[in-house]
Amino acid sequence: MGFLDAILGRSRRAISNIDALFALPNAGITLQTALSFQMTGKGSVCYRAADGPAFTQTVQDVVELLDNDDDPDVEITQDEYGFTWLTAQQDDLSSLVTDLHAVNTALEAQGFADGLLCSLVTFKDISGRPLGLVYLYKKGTFYPFAPTGPRQRDNLLELQVRDVLKNDLRIEPQLSSWMAVWGAPGF
Amino acid sequence: MSQTRFIPDHGLTARMTATMFVLGGLFVGLIAVLIAVLPSGWALIIGVIGLGIAWWQWWNSDTVALKAMRAKVVSPQEAPELHAMIDRLCALAGMPKPVVAIAYTDLPNAFATGRSPSRAAVCVTTGILDKLTAEELEGVLAHELSHVAHRDVLVMTVAASAGIIAGMLARGAQYGGMFGGFGRRDRDSGGLPIWLVILLVSLVTYAISFFATRLLSRYRELSADRSGAFLTGKPHALANALVKITGETAAIPQKDLRAVSPMNAFFIAPAVAGINLKTLTSTHPSLEQRLQQLSEVAAELGRPMDGGFAPPQA
Repeated sequence: MGFLDAILGRSRRAISNIDALFALPNAGITLQTALSFQMTGKGSVCYRAADGPAFTQTVQDVVELLDNDDDPDVEITQDEYGFTWLTAQQDDLSSLVTDLHAVNTALEAQGFADGLLCSLVTFKDISGRPLGLVYLYKKGTFYPFAPTGPRQRDNLLELQVRDVLKNDLRIEPQLSSWMAVWGAPGF
Repeated sequence: MSQTRFIPDHGLTARMTATMFVLGGLFVGLIAVLIAVLPSGWALIIGVIGLGIAWWQWWNSDTVALKAMRAKVVSPQEAPELHAMIDRLCALAGMPKPVVAIAYTDLPNAFATGRSPSRAAVCVTTGILDKLTAEELEGVLAHELSHVAHRDVLVMTVAASAGIIAGMLARGAQYGGMFGGFGRRDRDSGGLPIWLVILLVSLVTYAISFFATRLLSRYRELSADRSGAFLTGKPHALANALVKITGETAAIPQKDLRAVSPMNAFFIAPAVAGINLKTLTSTHPSLEQRLQQLSEVAAELGRPMDGGFAPPQA
């Protein structure tokens, strides 16, 4: 937010770069080779549902679009903080990312970019340790999230993943922005 | 870039800019008068001291405000829900996370303070945590985070600096009158002693500054309501919260609330309601005005999609 915007009390929307999501398939390969993490097949978009019929209609349209094929249907869940998670399921990471990209773009196109929080793709290693890669919509950066319990996360693994992926993804440099997404679908 | 539903309120921006120009002009005018009537050098010293006081207030705004409210900074372990809510709002707004504090008072309120978005604090009272639902609380927090993003503490402090100097001068001129200070009457000041000129000028400046800063404060509140409602996408939640809070605040006797009155400017709802000249001197817009604006935001969020709504299924 620029100085003038601050003085005038305006809000400027963060400029999104949703195409950054397409770097995920490569990151997936790196995770597989370096740390043996496999994708779970689930990915989700987290957003803030706005009041009013326009939003409902937009979501219905995108769900219809994604469900219009043979793969498993889209699931919509509500978390305890009033955010909605739209979960897609695919066998390969590229198609999954394409689905997530479609959801983000549809909301953006109808003017609901303000409500987009993050997108998430989940992984598991052979011992069953969960790992999520979160794309922060407003910052255009990724960070790893590895929950180990109901309110616990494996910070060591997260930092390890950061180092492994630093060439594939733009990792969020501020650790304080690595928001915990407890109870996100796919873990 | 795709279109957004956030429509800037140009009227509000224009009125706010005009008010800030008046306040800036007031500051310049006051210094100009001082240069004209005072011995050389004095005006500069007074100006620097006034700005110094304003700067000090702004620089220490977070610690002073939290202390004044006897608020306690809470860690994510102590208040996990509150922290998680603020985490998400900050991620949604793409801003750094402020310090989170809780004040132990039954007065339902919340405020934000701090010198910049990276050094800010958001404080809620236990009263507001009890009264509001999670969704309403989130609306209130989004409003407070908008204050932080808009750097309202800085803007209001700068805006108040002319008033601070005028207040200082008025007091100084009283002493000057008593002890015959500023004692050179040989200058041309229309026959009046210089201390009297300064007293009159600073009183007028103070009066104008008082009303203009209050006006500016009300505009900043409307701005924060607007941005906050767009951030959460739930103008109704903030509206409900405002109705609940202002209702509660008005119902509590005035007497108990005097102790908190210096903090009023940064509260979401004023704790002490002015009775006379209420609309001119209040730091916050009226509930009706705020609800009116929120309903406009709701209409904007609910406006039809591009290409209109799909016809009902047969």
